[in-house]
Amino acid sequence: MSFHGFARSNTQVLFQRIEEAFDVPFGGANNPLRHLGAMGLYLLWIVVGTGLYLYTVLDISITGVYDSIGYQSLELWYFGGIMRSLHRYASDAFVLVMVLHLIREWAYGRYFGFRFYSWITGVPLIWLVYASGIGGYWIVWDQVAQFSATATTELLDWLPIFSEPAARNFLAPDSINDRFFTMLVFIHIGIPLLLILGLWAHVHRISMVDYLPSRQSMLGTASVLVLLALVKPALSAPPANLALAPAELRLDWFILFIHPLTDISSPAIVWTLLFAVTVLLTILPFLPHAKAEPVALVDVAYCSGCSRCHLDCPYAAITMGPHPIRSGFKVAVVDPDLCASCGICAGSCPSSTPFRRQEQLLTGIDMPQQTVNGLRQHLEDALAKLEGRSRIVIFSCDRGADAGALAAPDTAVMSLMCTGILPPSFVEYALRGGADGVMLTGCRSGGCDFRFGDRWTAERIAGQREPRLRSKVPLARLQLVSASSNDGKVLAKALQEFRTRIETQSVSDAPLPPYFRRTSHHA
Amino acid sequence: MLKPAAIIGQVILYVAFAAFIGYFATSPKYRQIPDDVSLIKLSISHLGDRECRKRTPEELQKLPPNMRAPMDCPRERSDINLEVDIDGQPAFRTVMHPTGLYKDGVSTVYKRFELKAGSHQVVVRMNDNLVKPGFNFVKEEQVTLKPAQVMVIDFNPDKGGLFFR
Repeated sequence: MSFHGFARSNTQVLFQRIEEAFDVPFGGANNPLRHLGAMGLYLLWIVVGTGLYLYTVLDISITGVYDSIGYQSLELWYFGGIMRSLHRYASDAFVLVMVLHLIREWAYGRYFGFRFYSWITGVPLIWLVYASGIGGYWIVWDQVAQFSATATTELLDWLPIFSEPAARNFLAPDSINDRFFTMLVFIHIGIPLLLILGLWAHVHRISMVDYLPSRQSMLGTASVLVLLALVKPALSAPPANLALAPAELRLDWFILFIHPLTDISSPAIVWTLLFAVTVLLTILPFLPHAKAEPVALVDVAYCSGCSRCHLDCPYAAITMGPHPIRSGFKVAVVDPDLCASCGICAGSCPSSTPFRRQEQLLTGIDMPQQTVNGLRQHLEDALAKLEGRSRIVIFSCDRGADAGALAAPDTAVMSLMCTGILPPSFVEYALRGGADGVMLTGCRSGGCDFRFGDRWTAERIAGQREPRLRSKVPLARLQLVSASSNDGKVLAKALQEFRTRIETQSVSDAPLPPYFRRTSHHA
Repeated sequence: MLKPAAIIGQVILYVAFAAFIGYFATSPKYRQIPDDVSLIKLSISHLGDRECRKRTPEELQKLPPNMRAPMDCPRERSDINLEVDIDGQPAFRTVMHPTGLYKDGVSTVYKRFELKAGSHQVVVRMNDNLVKPGFNFVKEEQVTLKPAQVMVIDFNPDKGGLFFR
């Protein structure tokens, strides 16, 4: 294994362990680590909202900027001060969340293949975030602003882009004037607008984007930031004076860490580091990776144009185009560049029901590496071999807990690329084919590698989403288990409990009539 | 419904998150320079001189009437030689090159010196036309710098050349 692969897999294990520890108090839906992108967007909206307020009260002049913001912090501390503190702390939290999001997506290998576009469009956003954050600190024009402005321009001057040193603009108190702050505010609004535009591009290839985290997460985050604003309000340093160099400063290390880094190294080292990191992040998707899985294939003869696959695809890889033969009808069209090869589309197709009597089960949209026909064949073979007091079929997600070890004469394990590939009718088919119980295992809530596999499955089983599990299927004979790759014991325990329940409690629901595809069902 | 243990767990993690943000938003303190140190910023942006030649009447006669400039000046500017001595010791030596593809832009320098607060002898010498030997601009002064004070060495031909502020 390469060093990169070693580092990535270990980071993934670490991240997964921490996420699962966070699942205990938060649960999957409210776990901030599982929704870092949405958390980032939420924090950005706090920054934008509080920034708009600060803009309205900002007096744009050399002394005015300091006094007007200081007035908010000291005199209107109960509102303006909180708004200012929220602006600062939400910005810091945004940076933190952004870095965690970057590391997490890298660790989980979500940066190449069909995710290439999202990754690449995210890289320039990091520059925009820091440009916006550093510029924001200048607006207050206190000693931190003075230090940052001087240090930034000295750093920029190392690059051969200005004919005159930009640092000359901060030589002496008379070097700057009121217009400087007009320009600064203009830039501090313009760059975040570019950032928002970039974020739109960043999530452009994802369907049903989580623009906001759960209500509970939002409430918790906002509450704790307001609490922080009250306990430790953001205040200005003494006013800037270019005739003096402030010796000691209280820096925001999330955003301004680059200045001390330059001081202890050199502009050459810092620029080399910045460009190296940027280039590394950019070329990362082009490094050799495992070959992409085959993408979903549409069989026009069996596609009814119902749009379910289009609605369920987590990556907007399926669109509905005109049917090639039947005018006025539509047919699913897969964009191979966007397809994640998850199979969720095959699970959503109404033609994927195993009850159809054709020997070769063809469906509207299918995965070449795990066809619905193959799945049915595998299930029928497994059902024929099952024996024992309680015969259980486990449909298990390859990305979740490994169910292979649970295979036994009375337990058949069906491995799935993603739980979402399983049409709910397979549950009924298994029960009517001889199984006493069916267990469906998927990733933990919010932990699906393909975003919606666990969610769509749960909704289909609950009858809230097409294709629905038929209501006459006794739910007592069905067990859904969320188990990650670290949850092997949880899965084994859940199976044991499920078996005990089937064996000891008389499952009151009337058993479903058996169905054997190859015999006449009228017999 | 959340269990009390889950609520306590969430509160602990949210507070830890806020504490992390709150601490690193201002801490640890960063010391840019020691307390007893002052700064000298050398920042000069100046067009180097150029060797002009007076055209002869015959040359002027050959030119179109609208182009009869009396002086023939090359486009390129001279390099600028600069020296800074502090307390009799050479502190900085450089030759500033003109910017621009045709070497017709300004020559610039920006350099920061940290030195102990107190009295210092500062000498700056500059030659903006290297065809001529020596230094045509010299500024020498005994300066007293307070801790954290920033003194700027600049150049402005309208203010008599080199100056301190």
